[in-house]
Order: sequence, then structure tokens, then C-alpha cells
Amino acid sequence: MEYFIQQLINGVTLGSIYGLIAIGYTMVYGIIGMINFAHGDIFMIGAFLSLIAFLVLGIVGITWIPLALLLVLLVSMLIASIYGWTVERLAYRPLRGSFRLAPLISAIGMSIFLQNYVQLLQGARVRPIPPVISGGFTFLEGGIFSITVSYLQIVIVLLTIILMTAFALLISRTSLGRAQRGCEQDRTMSALLGINVDRTISLTFVMGAALAAVAGMLFVLYYGVIDFYIGFLAGIKAFTAAVLGGIGSLPGAMLGGLLIGLIETFWSAYFTIEYKDVAAFAILVLVLIFRPTGLLGRPEIEKV
Amino acid sequence: MNENNNRLRGIDITALLKESAIAALVALGLTIVMLGLRTVDTTTGLGITTRWPLVVLAVVSVFVGRLLFALRREWKAGGQPVQRDRKKAEHRAAIIVQRFSTIGGPLFIAFALALPLLPFADRYVVDVATYVLIYVMLGWGLNIVVGLAGLLDLGYVAFYAVGAYSYALFAFYFDLSFWVCLPLAGLCAAGFGVLLGFPVLRLRGDYLAIVTLGFGEIIRVILLNWYSFTNGPDGISGIPRPTFFGLELKRTAAEGEQTFHQFFNLDYSTMHRLIFLYYLILILALFTNFFTLRIRKMPIGRAWEALREDEIACRSLGINPTNTKLTAFALGAMFAGFAGSFFATRQAFISPESFTFIESAVILAIVVLGGMGSQVGVAIAAVLLIGGTELFRGLEEYRMLAFGGLMVAIMVWRPRGLLAHREPTIKLHSGKAPPEEVIKAVTQGGMK
Repeated sequence: MEYFIQQLINGVTLGSIYGLIAIGYTMVYGIIGMINFAHGDIFMIGAFLSLIAFLVLGIVGITWIPLALLLVLLVSMLIASIYGWTVERLAYRPLRGSFRLAPLISAIGMSIFLQNYVQLLQGARVRPIPPVISGGFTFLEGGIFSITVSYLQIVIVLLTIILMTAFALLISRTSLGRAQRGCEQDRTMSALLGINVDRTISLTFVMGAALAAVAGMLFVLYYGVIDFYIGFLAGIKAFTAAVLGGIGSLPGAMLGGLLIGLIETFWSAYFTIEYKDVAAFAILVLVLIFRPTGLLGRPEIEKV
Repeated sequence: MNENNNRLRGIDITALLKESAIAALVALGLTIVMLGLRTVDTTTGLGITTRWPLVVLAVVSVFVGRLLFALRREWKAGGQPVQRDRKKAEHRAAIIVQRFSTIGGPLFIAFALALPLLPFADRYVVDVATYVLIYVMLGWGLNIVVGLAGLLDLGYVAFYAVGAYSYALFAFYFDLSFWVCLPLAGLCAAGFGVLLGFPVLRLRGDYLAIVTLGFGEIIRVILLNWYSFTNGPDGISGIPRPTFFGLELKRTAAEGEQTFHQFFNLDYSTMHRLIFLYYLILILALFTNFFTLRIRKMPIGRAWEALREDEIACRSLGINPTNTKLTAFALGAMFAGFAGSFFATRQAFISPESFTFIESAVILAIVVLGGMGSQVGVAIAAVLLIGGTELFRGLEEYRMLAFGGLMVAIMVWRPRGLLAHREPTIKLHSGKAPPEEVIKAVTQGGMK
């Protein structure tokens, strides 16, 4: 039982990170109907930016953790946003209105480019970082297993909840959110009504990238090791999460992220750890076969 | 207003400078952390070194590059808004391609056939040519799936891996020869294609892309972890070489058998084997090409192309989309299986390392850059991409970087591929003008 609860807590933590990345996929898919293939790599860049920012802060001597976290968060969100914007500008915008596979392929090219760019600039070896936040609460001591909730896990889950709420409000209350929802439904009509469609799409990429950067920072804190290749698997899993929750739906992305995190954690805890990546893909295939619209998605009607 | 001072031949210099400054600012944002600071291993963990000159260089070059780009754009337009006539240019290219493929295709094949006999064809050239031809074949195989049927398959390498491993494992466990295993490997790969395709081909294009991507990864993970069966990351070595109608291409034959050079009374040379492998893959590739060209004209091929263009129309005309797509998927997979078993026999060693996502991306890039559906285009793209990057072996670290960048650039520049070619394979009426007499008769008939 203790083991189960411990795995549940670990799963929720991992799920929060996947959920944050999944939002980027779901938003972009919602607005332009395309998978942003480079999103996993934006996440990876976010992780690297955070790592570098932590190191710089360590050198400068800012060691008060809340301030350090905030600064790192701001830096990595800002710069990852620029990366997100650039990806859209270079790989998506020139191909808007082109045939369907073209942007997908240019995004794959972008993803390959970014991976090798980081490998070239920051080295191919894994980059470890000492734990920034340590310690935690321990429950039910004395049994075979005890339950530990680290401060870090609390930070991750709290941060995710705050950001999710902020984003839900942004989408439902602000004019930018309204513009996004408008573009999602009918781009031409939105343009006729005076919405700058290009700008809205750019901002969607920027928002997705910012959240991916947060996920990257949390990943660095949680695992402590990163390399240039983490974006690929994390990206696929987060995409699975977005599909599972129903692509295009924000709460769906979060739910899907949590589920994928839980499934992966329980799979490695109770079955085999080697095949944990297979679990995520198997779920993706099963969901697509039996419920292609996902858990919270709307059915899509194909028009002639 | 000093507008007149800032205008040169109708070009608004201030606006251009502003545009370039913004681009430079973005470049600064992109590079200041990732390029400016580098994490290095030190004795006490990670440290940081700085590379500010590189950042300055990047920012300045982006500024200058953007300015030149904008100047050229404005200069061409003469201060007028630009109207790009991309369609027309592409159409012109398509005509050239079409002419070229009727003449160039046979020339290409003739050159490929003669290559090992040419004076400059040493060991290295033949080896690289063999390597390129594997990709030509894979490109043609994937072209059936992507180019003809319009299904985006990002896990094509999985079928390649299935082919390679099925040959290696058949040879290892059952001691079967290459020639028995080649069709078996194709069948295995096609079987996997059906297995995967059956559930997912009902899905829309992008979902299919991600599921195939996942499938490719699953195959690799299984090959990596199923140690007792596939030998895991250590791979399988000592895969037997193919024989030439029962003659081995070795220095000494096994007891009671002859080798190739003994049979033909030649001096032994390792080149024989290389050239034999080269012709083997050439024949396999040409077979793929021939198969594609023929099947395009058959009902199933027509159905693929029709499905690519309009699925709903096809449904209403009674074509079963799932079965039709499934055949394309399975046939594409089969050719990947053939290529895979050739790869295994050529390398004599395979490991899951050879079948990563990057391989899938490279093959897809070949198909897309070549112009989807164009056989000659795919061959040229394979020669350029694989042969071209082979030349830059020394710059290994920049190779994939340039590759990714190239993929983006070509898509933006020519979304339909280098040799865009999208003529329908069938037309209701022949495009030729009717003969002179007919026109005369009709017009005179009308006048009377």
C-alpha cells in the first residue's frame, strides 16, 4: 500500500511535467491543426537554458532558492519563447496554405536542427546538476516502505497547478484567448473580423514554448541529468498525453499528462522498467483505435 | 519628414534597418545563453565558459544577412509589393523534369550499370555507390507509401530493421541462405506493415505519422532489450554473405565447393564481392522502381493516387480506403524488408544503433526533397543527400545540423520538393491537339 501511494505521488509529479509539455502540442494543434514536431526540442532547450541559468546563479552567488527559481524560470521562459517564435516564423509561417505535409516535414527538419545545434554548442555528454531543492516529508515510517514527498515534488505540482490556472484564465478571459479560440474555429472569418491571425498563431507558439521551458526547468530539477536527446521521448510522450486527453482541449492535455505519468510510473514499478517507453506508445495506439477523439475531445466532422 | 533622404530608388532604408535590427535582436536572444555560455565538466562538477565573440559574430551576421536579403527583395520589387509567381515556376520545373526523366532515366541506369567498370571506380567509390543505392531503394519503397498513397510514415526504418533482423535471425537460428531469406524478410516486413497498418490506417494523416513514429521506436526498444533473442545492444555479427548462384565470394571455398574466382578462372580479389553486392542492390532497386512504375498504372495504383487527392470522393466511388492504404503500406514495408536484408548481408553486422529515428527522417527527406511521387527525383535526392554528406564525413558534427537546416530551407523554398512533379498519371483526354484534317473538317463543317 505504501509502495502504491509512493508510486502515485511520483506518477503525479511526472505527469505534471508531461502535462505542461502537452499543452503546447494541444494549443498548436488546436489553432493550426498540425503537430509541432519541434516542440519536444523546445522543451529540451528550456531544460538546457535552466541548467545554464542555475549554474550562472550559483557563480554569481544568488542562493536564496525562491529567488533563484523565479529568475531561472523567467530567463528560460523568455528565451525559449524566442525559440518558439523563431520555429514558427521559419518553419511554419512561410508554408501556411501550402500542402499538408510540407510544414510537418519542415518541422521535423527544425527538430533535427535544434538537437544538433544543442549537441554542437553544449556537448553530447550528459549534463548533471547537483540537487537544488532537497529534503521532504516522510510519512508512515517504520514499515518496509515509507512514503516520501519531497519539497521538489510539491514545488512541481504547485507550479503546474498555478500555471494551468493562469493559462485557463488567459484562454477564457482575455482578448488574446478569444482571438485564439476564434482562429481555432475559423481562420478566415477571424481575419475578416480584424484579428491578426499571424500574430495570434505566433503567440500560441510562444505560449507553448514558455510552458515547455517550465517543464524543462522542472525536469532538470527532478532528474538532475539532461542531454540533447531528452526532447524526443518527452515530446512523443507529451503528444501521447495530448491525444489521450483529446487534442485541442486544455484540460484534456493536463488529464492526459497525468494519466501518462501515472501509467509510466506504475508500469515501471510493477512490470519492467525497460519497456516503459513501449507502454506510452501502446497506449497511444490503443487510444487512437478505440477513441480517436481522446477522453475530452470533440469529434471532428470532416467536411467536403 | 526626412523621408526623401532615407529613400534610395524608392527603397525605404529606415524600414529595412529596423527590420534587420529586429532580426539581430532575435538572434541575440537565441544565442546569448545557448551560444554565449557553454557548460563544461570541471573537477567540482559543471562549470561555465563564455564565448561572447561568437555571439557578436552571430548577431552581426544575422543583421547583415537580413539587410542584404531585404535589399535584394526590395530591389527586385522596385519598391512595389512583391508578387511571387511560384506556381508558374514550379510548372516550368515540372515540364523540365518530365522531359528529363524520359531521357535522363535510362542514362542514369546506364551509368549505374557501367559504374563498377569505369576506371575511377575503386573500392571506396563502389562502396559509397552501394550505400547510396540502399537509400535510393528505400526512397523508392517509401515513395509508394508517401508519394503515391499520401500516407506520412515516420517509422519506415522499423520495417528496414525487421528485414535486417529477420535475415540475421533466420540465418543464425535456421542456417538459411540469403536467397531464401530475402523473400522471407520481405514477407516479414510486409506482415508487420499489415499488423501496424490495420488498426491505424483509419486515422487521419498526422495521427498516422505519430503512430508510425512510435512504432519505429517500439521496434528499436524491443530489439535493444530482448537480449536472449536479438543479442540486444551488442547486435548480431557474422551474418553470412550472399552467394552467386551457389558460388561463394571468398578466398577459399568450403569442402567440396567452388568459389567464384575458381569457377571463372579469375585471380582472387575482394573487389569481386563489392561489385557483386553493388549489382545486387542495383537490381533490387531497379526492381522496386519497375514495380512502382507498373503498379501505378494498375487499378490499385490509381486508387492510391485517387485516395491521396480526395478520400471522401474515393469512398463514395466504392473504394475501400483502409484496404487500399493497407496494400500501399504493406508493399512499402516489403521493399524496406528487402533493403534491410541486403543491408544486413552487406554489413555482416547489425545492431539497433543502425535503426534510429534519424534514419526514418533521412529516408523521408529523400522522398520529399526529390519531389513526392517522382522516381527520378528520389534517386537524385538520394545521391545528393547521402553521397553529398559522404563527402563531408570529416565534418561529422555539422552534418546533421546542415541536414536539418537544409530540410527546412528546401521545404520553404520548394514545398513540393526539388523536382516537383505532380502530373496526374491518367487524363481523360489525351493532351495532344487533334490532327490537322480533323480541325479543318470540323471548322469547315461549322462554316457551311
